Amino acid sequence: MFKYFPHTEEDLQEMLKATGVENIHNLFDDIPEAARFKRDYELPEALSETDLRLFFNQLTAPHNTRQLVCFAGAGCYDHYAPSVVQNIIQRSEFLTSYTPYQAEISQGTLHYIFEYQSMIAELTGMDIANASMYDGATATAEAAIMAWNNAKKATRVLVSETLDPKIRRVVETYAHFNGFPIKLVPAVNGAIDRNALDQELAEGGVAGLIVQQPNYFGIVEDYTGIADKIHEQKGIFVVNANPSDLAILKTPAEWRADVAVGEGQSLGIPMTFGGPGVGYMACTEKLMRKIPGRIVGQTIDNRGQRAFVLTLQAREQHIRRQKATSNICSNQSLMALYVTIYLSLMGKEGLREVAEMSYAGAHCLRDKLVATGKFEDTFPGQPFFNEFCVDYEGDLDALLDECTANGYLAGITVGEKTLMLAVTEQRSPEEIDELVDIIQQFKTEEAKV
Amino acid sequence: MNRTLYGNLIFELSKKGRKGYSLPQDYDRAHTTAELPEALRRKEAARLPECDELTVVRHYTNLSHNNFGVNDGFYPLGSCTMKYNPIINEEIAGMKAFAGLHPLQPAVTCQGALEVYYNLQQSLAELAGLKEFTLNPCAGAHGELTGLMVIRAYHESRKDTGRTKVLIPDSAHGTNPASAAVCGLEVVEVKSLADGTVDVEHLRQLLNEMGGEVAGMMMTNPNTLGIFEPQVLEITAMVHEAGGLMYYDGANLNALLGECRPGDMGFDVMHINLHKTFSTPHGGGGPGSGPVGVREGLEQFLPTPRVNKIVVNCDGENEPYEWEGYVIDREADSALGSVGSFFGNFAVMLKAYVYILSLGSENIKQVGPLATLNANYIKECLKGDYLLPIGGLCKHEVVFDGLVDKSSGVTTMDVAKRLLDYGYHAPTIYFPLLFHESLMIEPTENESKETIDAFIDVMHKIAGEAKTDPELVKTAPHNTPIGRVDDVLAAKQPVTTYWKSIAES
Amino acid sequence: MAKFEEGLRYSESHEYIRVEGEYGYIGISDYAQHALGNVVYVDMPEVDDEVTAGEEFGAVESVKAASDLISPVSGTVVEINEALEDTPELLNEDAFANWIIKVQLSDPSELDKLMDAEAYKAICN
Repeated sequence: MFKYFPHTEEDLQEMLKATGVENIHNLFDDIPEAARFKRDYELPEALSETDLRLFFNQLTAPHNTRQLVCFAGAGCYDHYAPSVVQNIIQRSEFLTSYTPYQAEISQGTLHYIFEYQSMIAELTGMDIANASMYDGATATAEAAIMAWNNAKKATRVLVSETLDPKIRRVVETYAHFNGFPIKLVPAVNGAIDRNALDQELAEGGVAGLIVQQPNYFGIVEDYTGIADKIHEQKGIFVVNANPSDLAILKTPAEWRADVAVGEGQSLGIPMTFGGPGVGYMACTEKLMRKIPGRIVGQTIDNRGQRAFVLTLQAREQHIRRQKATSNICSNQSLMALYVTIYLSLMGKEGLREVAEMSYAGAHCLRDKLVATGKFEDTFPGQPFFNEFCVDYEGDLDALLDECTANGYLAGITVGEKTLMLAVTEQRSPEEIDELVDIIQQFKTEEAKV
Repeated sequence: MNRTLYGNLIFELSKKGRKGYSLPQDYDRAHTTAELPEALRRKEAARLPECDELTVVRHYTNLSHNNFGVNDGFYPLGSCTMKYNPIINEEIAGMKAFAGLHPLQPAVTCQGALEVYYNLQQSLAELAGLKEFTLNPCAGAHGELTGLMVIRAYHESRKDTGRTKVLIPDSAHGTNPASAAVCGLEVVEVKSLADGTVDVEHLRQLLNEMGGEVAGMMMTNPNTLGIFEPQVLEITAMVHEAGGLMYYDGANLNALLGECRPGDMGFDVMHINLHKTFSTPHGGGGPGSGPVGVREGLEQFLPTPRVNKIVVNCDGENEPYEWEGYVIDREADSALGSVGSFFGNFAVMLKAYVYILSLGSENIKQVGPLATLNANYIKECLKGDYLLPIGGLCKHEVVFDGLVDKSSGVTTMDVAKRLLDYGYHAPTIYFPLLFHESLMIEPTENESKETIDAFIDVMHKIAGEAKTDPELVKTAPHNTPIGRVDDVLAAKQPVTTYWKSIAES
Repeated sequence: MAKFEEGLRYSESHEYIRVEGEYGYIGISDYAQHALGNVVYVDMPEVDDEVTAGEEFGAVESVKAASDLISPVSGTVVEINEALEDTPELLNEDAFANWIIKVQLSDPSELDKLMDAEAYKAICN
């Protein structure tokens, strides 16, 4: 007997008898002999809970898994989340339910998805949002496909070079197999090259343009006027925006984007080695029936009560099969709940405070790093939010190793000399000072010993 | 579950000035966002709720009471494998040491996490009878798409670019053709026989006609009717003969644990739904995880990043030693590319790995047999009242075609809704499409004979009600927070945000 | 019972066309609207779009189904039935009175390949 199997010997005998089968393995007699698996799996033997805990305590001991003070970003941020969030998403009614197909016993899930969609629509300024996607990268790739499918006589989808290269790679992968070309629009001083963009647009045939805000390097770009030019050739303007920063920053809707996408991990979701996060996707009403993924809508029940239900399903794979807007089935529902509770607690003011603290911390750190004399701005004069790039005069890898040895993850290298650092409200003034101190003290020769 | 509707939206509980968070106040305020040019800032603050902590806690707790999960009761949703989600999985996945890891931190500082990742890859390979796995895909559909990309990348590498068609049985889940379309493949349907299995003669004919254009074939086995495809070995051989690869949709893998492996049936590429077969919670529709496995020779077509194990010879202080560890290959020369920003849903992988370690090699073998026994038992006990269109052994799930006696006009939808009144989740309905009144029941291995017997009794009772009081069944549910909803209204005049809702009221 | 209006030409995919001079009004048959159930959305092409006989030009959606619209003829869209944008249920009320697109025919001989009401009725039954 095993704790997850309730079958007693007596149960087995009764059930086999009712089934008309002698031995439980006879249930598989219809499998061709040559395909039957007859040995034991080469896997460890069962571990008791006690042994499991010991095993994982060992795996998470500092020499195996080390908590670093995090000044890294690049798409994954160490933000604060109120304790309530983690506690509530563990409620089994949410955790152990499936997609809310049976609306009568799924109003909990349907309500929070409706709230989530409303919050994403409000943060981005867009008309509607879907119930969420896998992550920010796949949401962006889906937006590229949306742009391509929406265009009648296009030849390519444009992608700004300032879009996170990891996301770019996913977009390129999807586009390659889906069968449409991606053209990279180069950057000047860390921002999209408007001349190069104008040249691309002059050639015509642009199905859409994808940009990021703040961009990969942390720079807040000015996208004024771009949407009109894209719209002139019936293309779609896609803005990948960090939703946390949208407490302050101009919204995708204000940039006149047709589609807004991004990674919602920055809304308090733990980093957990990169996943699960949550991709969001929002669009204009005009594109409502072209958007992939699940959507929850309001309606009434036969008792006259306001109720919520999955809607606009004729777009989806289980009805449209190969003509669906996407192959996506599930959303990232529990993570959407995470975001919804987080935003309910942080609210209007909290999200702004998080943004202010992160902005202040990042600018303070940048000033202090430049003041050491060892760094200079990679992109001089560019406005940034809570992430920035600086060029280091010495051996960058050695410097990072030194920081790691001291318990600090001092950022991500984005070039031989360039270091990208992110600051969130979780980083205290003391931590900022200590990081600057470690860097200040560091001499390349010492590290090489 | 609370059978009264709670019904509020968080926006309706908001009051200006309330807050539900606390942040430190001692930080350097030398810089503020007011420095940003006005052109870069939003004009109006986002209308997010303003609530105190208790209001938020009660709101979501109350919402949860209008939801039904596996922990609330029997959840026989066919094809979804709603097995028990062990609590220890959650405990381990919630360990702070994992939660605080940044995906780009140096590999030497996250060996524990990489070991989990690597060992899960290896365990899945053993369970599937394949060579290598990637854990990057975030869901089953994402895995399907990734797997099809592997197949296309393989043909591209051989400059065999004319293979643009994929064969899919007409009984397949809608996701299969949808994934194929996203992957740029043209779908060609293979017909089913009356018993729901693949029509091998039709397949042969298709391969004769277009074999050189076939990239591969997607199959679910046991198929979507819960039937094992008896000619699977012939099918895989025929497709290989024509130069195509075989894709195994792991949706129904649970039935086979302990008895049969996809690799041994001749499949080349597959995905596994960790949220089905490996007990991770469905979370109301995600996050899942859809690892993709390949047979030997296709490893180089898996997406990046990859996690590998290496052994390094080191000079020790006294004597040389071997360091065994894990490295992350982020920029590997994959012919495929990447399907996500980082490694996929790591927390979900942790839960699946805990499940595998909990069961161990001896108990994993029991999963398929017990799940299959439960399904066959239900089949035998219900076939008097519910129409069993295909006799013989089923695997982990059984499909009925509505009531045997349809004279009162009670449909599968009605039966499903009536089940909700009795405290059960409904089975999958109206899928597979082969029958008009499909009712697909998947009990999983975790359900006891008592639970199943009670469910069987209720199913018989509903069949009785359909004869004696059909209106009661046709108007069900009666005992749930809400009754049947007007989904025509929802689709015709979509209201998908609170803002639209208040603008229209 | 589904109605089968005389004087129209029908396709196997359940579209009809009512020909008036060089123009044709294309819609879905009463049989098709019955099969679909409550129509919630009609996806229509734009004026000046080209349609080709046997190829898709839009879709009709109900809550749980979607059906592609296949053009019975080739030509240019000169008008779409804008009333269907807000009141798609008109198709359920009277599928024959509520055409979907008006097309200028480019090859009237294509009409010969379509069925009359009697032949169409036979395939529906």
